[in-house]
Amino acid sequence: MSKENKDKKEVRVGVFICHCGSNIGGIINCKKLADYAGTFPNVAHSEDNLYTCSETGLSSIKNAIKEHNLNRVVVASCTPRTHEPLFRECISEAGLNQYLFNFVNIRDQCTWVHMKDPEGAYRKAVDLVRMGVAKAEKLEPLDTINIKINPSALVIGGGVAGMSAALNLSKQGFKTYLVEKEDKLGGRLNSLYKLFPYDIEASEFVGKIISNVQNAKNLEILTSSKVKSIDGFVGNFEIEIDQNGISKNLDVGAIIVAVGSSSLDPVGLFSYDGKKRISQLELEAKLKNNEISAKDIVMIQCVGSRNDDRPYCSSVCCMSAIKNALIIKEMNSNTHVTILFRDLYTPGTEYEEYYRKAREQGIIFVKYDVEKMPVVEENNIKVYNEYIGSEMVIPYDLLVLSTPLVANADNKELAQMLKVPTEANGFFLEAHVKLRPSDFATDGVYIGGSAKWPVDIAESITQGYSAASRASTILSHKEIEVEGATSYLPEFNKNLCTGCEVCIKVCPFHAIIKNEDDEIEIIEALCKGCGVCGATCTNQAIVIRHFTDEQIISEIYACGGQ
Amino acid sequence: MESSKSALVIGGGIAGIQAALDLADMGIHVNMVEKKPSIGGKMAQLDKTFPTNDCSICILAPKLSECYRHPNITLHSFSEVQKVEGQAGNFTVEILKRARYVKEDECINCGLCAEKCPMRVDDEFDRELRKRRAIYMYYLQGVPAIMTIDKEKCLWFTKNACRICEKTCEREAIDFEQEDKKIKLENVGSIIVATGYNLIEDINKDFLKNYGYGKFRNVVSALEFERLECASGPQGGHIKRLSDGEPPKKIAFLQCIGSRSDKAEKYCSSICCMYTTKEAMIAYEHDNELQSYVFYIDMRAGGKGFQSFLRRGASEYNINYIKSKIAEIKNDQNENPIIVYEDLNTGKINEMKFDMVVLATCIIPPVGIEELANTLGIELNKYNFIKTTPFIPIETSKEGVFTCGCVHEPMDIPRSVAEASGAAARAAEIIRGG
Repeated sequence: MSKENKDKKEVRVGVFICHCGSNIGGIINCKKLADYAGTFPNVAHSEDNLYTCSETGLSSIKNAIKEHNLNRVVVASCTPRTHEPLFRECISEAGLNQYLFNFVNIRDQCTWVHMKDPEGAYRKAVDLVRMGVAKAEKLEPLDTINIKINPSALVIGGGVAGMSAALNLSKQGFKTYLVEKEDKLGGRLNSLYKLFPYDIEASEFVGKIISNVQNAKNLEILTSSKVKSIDGFVGNFEIEIDQNGISKNLDVGAIIVAVGSSSLDPVGLFSYDGKKRISQLELEAKLKNNEISAKDIVMIQCVGSRNDDRPYCSSVCCMSAIKNALIIKEMNSNTHVTILFRDLYTPGTEYEEYYRKAREQGIIFVKYDVEKMPVVEENNIKVYNEYIGSEMVIPYDLLVLSTPLVANADNKELAQMLKVPTEANGFFLEAHVKLRPSDFATDGVYIGGSAKWPVDIAESITQGYSAASRASTILSHKEIEVEGATSYLPEFNKNLCTGCEVCIKVCPFHAIIKNEDDEIEIIEALCKGCGVCGATCTNQAIVIRHFTDEQIISEIYACGGQ
Repeated sequence: MESSKSALVIGGGIAGIQAALDLADMGIHVNMVEKKPSIGGKMAQLDKTFPTNDCSICILAPKLSECYRHPNITLHSFSEVQKVEGQAGNFTVEILKRARYVKEDECINCGLCAEKCPMRVDDEFDRELRKRRAIYMYYLQGVPAIMTIDKEKCLWFTKNACRICEKTCEREAIDFEQEDKKIKLENVGSIIVATGYNLIEDINKDFLKNYGYGKFRNVVSALEFERLECASGPQGGHIKRLSDGEPPKKIAFLQCIGSRSDKAEKYCSSICCMYTTKEAMIAYEHDNELQSYVFYIDMRAGGKGFQSFLRRGASEYNINYIKSKIAEIKNDQNENPIIVYEDLNTGKINEMKFDMVVLATCIIPPVGIEELANTLGIELNKYNFIKTTPFIPIETSKEGVFTCGCVHEPMDIPRSVAEASGAAARAAEIIRGG
């Protein structure tokens, strides 16, 4: 397999086939694949590793680069989504330009999807590796792009998540703007009475945070304000705010989304009438104003959630119901409170303890089944109790419906301005649910609180801080490096451009403009290298770095077996 | 933004790693202290992660490497914090770096020494389901990738014999004369405690005997099952019964083992409903004829995508959920566990025979937390988790000391990661004088 070291310009590819434990190695023969790759003309070295991404695997790449004088590296493994940066860094540590690396996806797009056809998976892996090597041969070194960072931030939403984020960033020394659409800060806490599980008054708790925010240095509060437009990119966002009809412009380096959520109105559910049959949120107001005189109170959980319309658990409603039930019991221990639930959600230490306390206080919990929904009559609720195997008739003079937190109606509009996605229920969608809970895939934009998913106050505050931390990793630098594999319009191709502007229309990142000289200009800091412009360019004037026609055509030839 | 003050992160699991990476990316120097020979924590022991079923080590490994290579992170593995003095903004910290008896700069983790080592020792990382040698890598993908000699088991340290590893090592990396080292850190601005958790079987095996654990071969804990499912685990990723090596066709998953209980821990362990469904899904992917039964009290699935995950489990992966109370576990003569339970949906007492039983055992505070809390001067709550400020679960009772992850309450990975970043933000505040 080893070939003589020759002149440096000769293309010398190293191929590394990863077993990924049994994810790949359990389906196809990685050793055989590596040996086969070693027979390709420009491949100077090939090997298989149990985990190429492990420290052992990485040092083996570095050693091979040195030993075999490699100038292109191909890793065939999981997915570039998680691992391309690691391998790029690895080869650049070994002295190669990071763009001389090519990733071949033989796990997600091969052994995972063809798990039941190992032979077919092997054939496909062979094709993929051959194509990957063909492309690697044509790779060119590229430079990354440096972007200046404006050390200031915009926080959208003045609830506890947004306020925590803004406070932290301002204390870290970054000029911070906090924008709230209502005329005062506080968000959802303004409509709550007491907070579980500590029974602190919401107004008192949020009042302290608001006063900290108002007294903070470097922190500018804009209430009654809405974001009208967002331009620019990481480190250099240009924001237009509408404050009571007056337009304001802000320049910031990072944006945090903390717009919170709304409460589902139970109209049309369980005979809701807003009087005798109210929502849990309406109960909060009644408790606040001491307007509860009912003696038989029934609460129904999961009203409008965990169904086909909203197939999620809103996670705060069980605790809210227990809290209000406890408050009612404390006001008058003779009041009967019954909670009809499906699965009681009180995870962790203090919440479970709170639930126990509720049972000790005589609050009755009855599990209902979604197949046999409770039936609400004028003064009674009929519910099938499976424990006793028969129907119970529970009298009530106040029915409280626990409805879920739902995504704000205007999330879509904001998401479009920010160029970030929302998920099926309209909540904002983070970059990775497991390991990047506070990031968006778009650089410089972060998320916290119930705008992302229903969460309680403690988690909202934590997530606000978390988003601030993520923003700070950008704002702490004068300059950052971004992806160099972008589209561009080479000088020698400018005469090909007819100025048709199709590229401007198709670019999903708004990275292409017509400049003052009436020429097409690609703002490379905004370009994510998706390639749409290059593919649509009517005259092939736009070149996509790292995915040039030559590189792609060589892959296609390699797939055809040439 | 440069700062002369550094941060200390105690614990190198996913929470500690995220906290360290955020601080380091802000330009703040971080000292990370990990008790075990390698960082990675519990997440490194998991096969896959809910609700995306990403391979756990695959999404963790890049972070391990990043942590190890980051110019702003100094990693002290196989080390413990011994003394902390001073206050927020200016702590002085003493670390004990234990001797590995292997030169860190010389060892290339070739593994020859372990091949030749004659001592076989229960492998802690694999939950004692297989043996390792007395000189060992903590786990395959461990970072740093350096061998360690287990002083308690090594023949040289116990019987003044052997030293085969020394003769085998071509790089002369073995050093029996190595000594524990004290490292002093000054000008530490803030501290983040992220030492994770243990499981009830780590300290209270007696309680689990009621569920057949330690008595019946085919009753395993959830983390053991995680290792059995894992490709790099003791069965090479083939799920087999421990009694006879047969692949199981019917598995029972018992929830709330040691949690929500008057006889053990009263709190909810938070993550078990979800990981159980994940483990049952993965087991089904290993064998499409497999049937799983989950015996639960409440299914707690509040996180993003969790409810649809459970729905998928029931509709596509042969998982049956039974709201129930377990009365007894028996064993037949073929080592098939038999579950006696009250079905809470029908009120009837039933019996069901299984090939294997998996216990969703309870998260408990990490062993040694009292000592660490003492060293740091922070309070614990009544469950012995770190006590935190109401509504600010990342703040401890001491200014300048923050926390994240399961060391203060059982929680899943996304919340641990979010808390880690949150703790980093607060730590940065103090370091930057805010």
